[in-house]
Amino acid sequence: MKAPRFEYIRPERLEAATIFLAEHGGEAKVIAGGQSLVPMLAFRLVAPRFLVDIGNIAELKGITTDASGIRLGALTRWRDIERNEQLRRAHPLLAEAIKYVAHYQIRNRGTVGGSLAQADPAAEMPGIAVTCEAEIVVMARDGQRTIPARDFFVGALTTTLRSDEIIAEVRLPPWRPGRRWAFTEFARRRGDFALAGIALFYDTEDGRAINVHAGAIGVADRPVRLPAVEVAINGQPVTEPVIRSAGAAASASVNPADDIHAPGDYRRSLLGVLTERALASAAGLTLKESA
Amino acid sequence: MSAARNVYIGQEVERTEDFRFLTGRGTFVDDYEPAGLLHATILRSTIPHGRVISIDASEALKMPGVHAVITASDIGATIPRIPIRLAPIAGLEKYLQPVIAVEKVRYVGEPLAVIVADTRAIGEDAAAEIDVTIEPLAPVSDWRASEADTSLLFEENGSNIATRYTVGFGDTDAIFAGADYTRREFFRSHRHTAVPMETRGVVAEWDAAEGRLIVNGATKVTFFNRRALAAMLQMSEKAIDLMELDVGGGFGVRGEFYPEDFLIPFVSRKLERPVKWIEDRLEHMQAANHSREIDCELEIACRRDGTILALRGKIYGDMGAYTRTNSGVVPAKAGQFLHGPYRIPAIRIEVAAYMTSKTPVGTYRAPGRFESNFFRERLIDMAARDLGIDPVAMRRRNLITAPEMPYSIGQLVPYETETAYDSGDYAAGLDKCLDAFGWAEKIKLQGRKIDGLYHGLGVACFVESGGAGPRENVRMMLEHSGRITVAVGSSVLGQGLETVFAQIAADAMGLPFSTFRIIHGSTTIVDEGFGTYHSRAVVMGGSAILDGAKNLLAQIATAASLQLECRTEDVTFQDGVARGPGGRTLTLADIAAAAGPLSANGTFANTKRTYSYGAHAAHVTVDPRTGRVEVLDYVAVEDVGRAINPALVHGQTFGAVVQGLGGVFLDHIIYDADAQLLNASLADYLLPTASDFPKIRGVTMELHRSPSNPLGAKGAGEGGMVAVAATAGNAVAAALANLKVEPCELPLSPPQLWRLIQQASERSSVGRSTT
Amino acid sequence: MSGSQKVRFKVNGKACEAAVEPRTTLADCLRHDLKLTGTHVGCEHGVCGACTIIADGAAVRSCLIFAVQADGIEITTVEGLSDGDTLSPLQAAFRKHHAIQCGFCTAGILTTAHMLLTEEPDADAERIREVLSGNICRCTGYVQIVEAVLDARASYKTNSKAAQ
Repeated sequence: MKAPRFEYIRPERLEAATIFLAEHGGEAKVIAGGQSLVPMLAFRLVAPRFLVDIGNIAELKGITTDASGIRLGALTRWRDIERNEQLRRAHPLLAEAIKYVAHYQIRNRGTVGGSLAQADPAAEMPGIAVTCEAEIVVMARDGQRTIPARDFFVGALTTTLRSDEIIAEVRLPPWRPGRRWAFTEFARRRGDFALAGIALFYDTEDGRAINVHAGAIGVADRPVRLPAVEVAINGQPVTEPVIRSAGAAASASVNPADDIHAPGDYRRSLLGVLTERALASAAGLTLKESA
Repeated sequence: MSAARNVYIGQEVERTEDFRFLTGRGTFVDDYEPAGLLHATILRSTIPHGRVISIDASEALKMPGVHAVITASDIGATIPRIPIRLAPIAGLEKYLQPVIAVEKVRYVGEPLAVIVADTRAIGEDAAAEIDVTIEPLAPVSDWRASEADTSLLFEENGSNIATRYTVGFGDTDAIFAGADYTRREFFRSHRHTAVPMETRGVVAEWDAAEGRLIVNGATKVTFFNRRALAAMLQMSEKAIDLMELDVGGGFGVRGEFYPEDFLIPFVSRKLERPVKWIEDRLEHMQAANHSREIDCELEIACRRDGTILALRGKIYGDMGAYTRTNSGVVPAKAGQFLHGPYRIPAIRIEVAAYMTSKTPVGTYRAPGRFESNFFRERLIDMAARDLGIDPVAMRRRNLITAPEMPYSIGQLVPYETETAYDSGDYAAGLDKCLDAFGWAEKIKLQGRKIDGLYHGLGVACFVESGGAGPRENVRMMLEHSGRITVAVGSSVLGQGLETVFAQIAADAMGLPFSTFRIIHGSTTIVDEGFGTYHSRAVVMGGSAILDGAKNLLAQIATAASLQLECRTEDVTFQDGVARGPGGRTLTLADIAAAAGPLSANGTFANTKRTYSYGAHAAHVTVDPRTGRVEVLDYVAVEDVGRAINPALVHGQTFGAVVQGLGGVFLDHIIYDADAQLLNASLADYLLPTASDFPKIRGVTMELHRSPSNPLGAKGAGEGGMVAVAATAGNAVAAALANLKVEPCELPLSPPQLWRLIQQASERSSVGRSTT
Repeated sequence: MSGSQKVRFKVNGKACEAAVEPRTTLADCLRHDLKLTGTHVGCEHGVCGACTIIADGAAVRSCLIFAVQADGIEITTVEGLSDGDTLSPLQAAFRKHHAIQCGFCTAGILTTAHMLLTEEPDADAERIREVLSGNICRCTGYVQIVEAVLDARASYKTNSKAAQ
């Protein structure tokens, strides 16, 4: 499982990288942590002429948290998120979701930008980006674009990123204090890709949920918001009957395909269960789990 | 002259092998790089069944760094076939694998060509340029498709059914007709396999001047493989050395003769260059033996009080595309071990082996037992439930008792004679297990739903054979330094034999452990060796060491008597010192200095297998909404007769249990309906990790020594595996009993269990709505 | 060799150099160019963990890094964990607890456990299992490995105290 031949380019600055991609983007693959790309090269699923290593580009690093929200440079590693106590307070949902990513050694090298570009339908970071209405800033030679997460992921392993573009950072809206939230997923083994997962949050006003955001991974060809769940909860106090109907709404609103890891109806049912359990966790309730 | 004492046997001596593995100084086959090495890449079929029309390597041969592309036409008019080593059942010999695809391909992964290049990477580049034209034929995806015989894998044989036979004793038909209670169920064990962490590899070096071949990377059964290779290459065995290096696990799958074991030496000789082939993981999943895919229809007949009267079974073995060295072992043993540790007055088992267009099947740790124990122990639990009898009580009623030993189970395998369980107290094993597990306390949780999770406790009893004959040989050599080298025909695949054998030798000769250096496996080491398989190494190799030690001591006594100028019988030997009647002493180094290095052979022959036995118990929870199972506690108990190094036995137990639990809940080789292998990577073939099964406990009993070898050992290594599916299956079934779910098919993955729960729920709501 | 680049890094404290194709992984470079065969390759797609090494203070999978990407970094392999023939406390604990069978996964587990305990000398069994779930062992069933790592914690706490 040796990679096919390629030429290796390592630009030290973002400008050099975008200039190179402007010319050769169609024959190039960008590598950062390599935790997704290198296995694809090993299986010869891709065979780029150029491998552009952006791992040294300082402009792509850094984590900022302030009143305008959270900005994660594309080269932010999972380990950086894990160790950033300020970030955990500034965005607890992000911090929680990232705990489920892969394994210790992968977390030392894998990056936020890499995960977004890879767009695995079961990956946590794209799920958080979509659920939280993040914006993805991409750079090209001629300038930058800001792409809402909901428009960025268009299919399994497919994004709207052009071959001459590099993800520079992802921006998450600021997190409101007092917010209720939960993230949970179901995987066969710790660190495996989720068979299904849900991220959600809501604010409260007079004991009712408002501004509900719910998003799922692993149940479609991309991470998806769950409007049916949001509608089921919005404006309501989050009680057990409301949770049950939100769970049923979640299941009814997705139609996952069968694959070698699970049949579609299992994932659909799983999403319903996870939705109920996540909402119970967010609301601080214990559900009566009847047969 | 005797010197034996018991200082090391039974102790948890630290392993001598560990130092090199801890410091990164092991030598595995890919670490070995002779000068001038070329690298081989195997081009493999991506089509499960087809006629090979053409292989055009002309573009590949033009690439810089490519030295050769070898196909069947380069090998000769007759392509050698891999011979059967074990379990010859009439019929299977018609389905042998040619070392390279000839006119047809019959499984995804079958070798089509060998590319030899400067690097492996160039070889893979070249493989992509080879134009292969195969006319696809209808695949044969499972035993039912095989049985239909509409698409024949071997037209000349007229059928895909390689063999069918019936074994047993007693009038099962009459008994079933008259029994108080009978039940028939259909069970399934799924395809999965060993997946050792090191993939296979071969380094072949042809010495043109000497006409000799040295092959590194061999293990398990090196002497058999050398004989087979010599025949295929039309060379004398003496001109071939098969060398065993460090080996990254085998579990039955590594070390058997595979196509590459011919192909790589062949190209080395042809090109007169050393050639290395290291299997990558993708290849390994396609090319190394698969196992465990057995369906079974099993029936039990009982008295109302739970006494088993008879068993009737049909074994459907999916063999893959070819019979390789292990021939019919898997389905044959699945049939035999249906009997288990119970008193079964009458039994009839029909076994059929079906060829399919999938990777060939071979032995994987506890072959046939993992499967058959699942089938039988599940059915016993079902019968117990139907009869209103506690499953433990039902087992006690039927377990063979110690006074009944040796207990004959007749001839349940066509290529073996009548066999008997040698010794054991099966009820004691069960008691020990239940006690260690805390069954009496935990049973209160049986079937209860707590915090949304169903609790289940399961138990299973097993008997396991080991210590296969016919023989094993050692040579023991006293060196000038006073150290003793012990050369054994056994192979080492990670079990710590270097340490265990040194313990045995040290006690046999009354010497410090550090006196001994163990060398193993390679065909240069002893004249005739039989290898490591079926948990035989300690029993056979260890017993041969006892014989060798006795012979070496005799030589030492003779040499010492000459130096001490006394009679041989007046020499005593204690703590490494020979003493004459006058009080003069000689160390081993003194003796070697005067007499030169001394050497003695040892051998042990045995046709009787040893039978270890025991019981496992498990406590699981099942989340009915997701199908997830958590193993809260697992206890494995085995009587191994004698544990030479208890820590190593425990390590084997833990490893086997975890591997087995993987086989129940995670491992799964998935083919689609067109016999395409879908999950040939470790991302999609799930192996158990450190966080999956944390609560494993093992208890090793040394209750009943084996009467059939001087060590009294019964062979360990597979016992931890044999009962895992049975135990876990029963625990999951007990958890879901109130939901009327009866798992009969492996794997017990979350989606599978969820579906069973859904189906049971639909059945019960249909039932309610019709009342 | 055509298309080959020179890479330089420090391995186990020593400056090293190799000429490699860009597609050569760091694992293959360490093993075949620098002859440090203690690091093993089990899958080449980043799942099994046998190839784990320490790069700039972090445990990483060397099969997922191309050697050319590693230019200028500091690497520790299993060969660098012992002091000549003297085993480190972690290595000695593995031996004491019989945490090794075939030895193929051992190097990757040692480097991972070493970094885990360096970062978290108080890691409990659950945390150890969580981190080691990225290293597959087929022989041991992990029980004795976890016992060894737990036992080795004491030496890492001493070290961190000494460093203060």
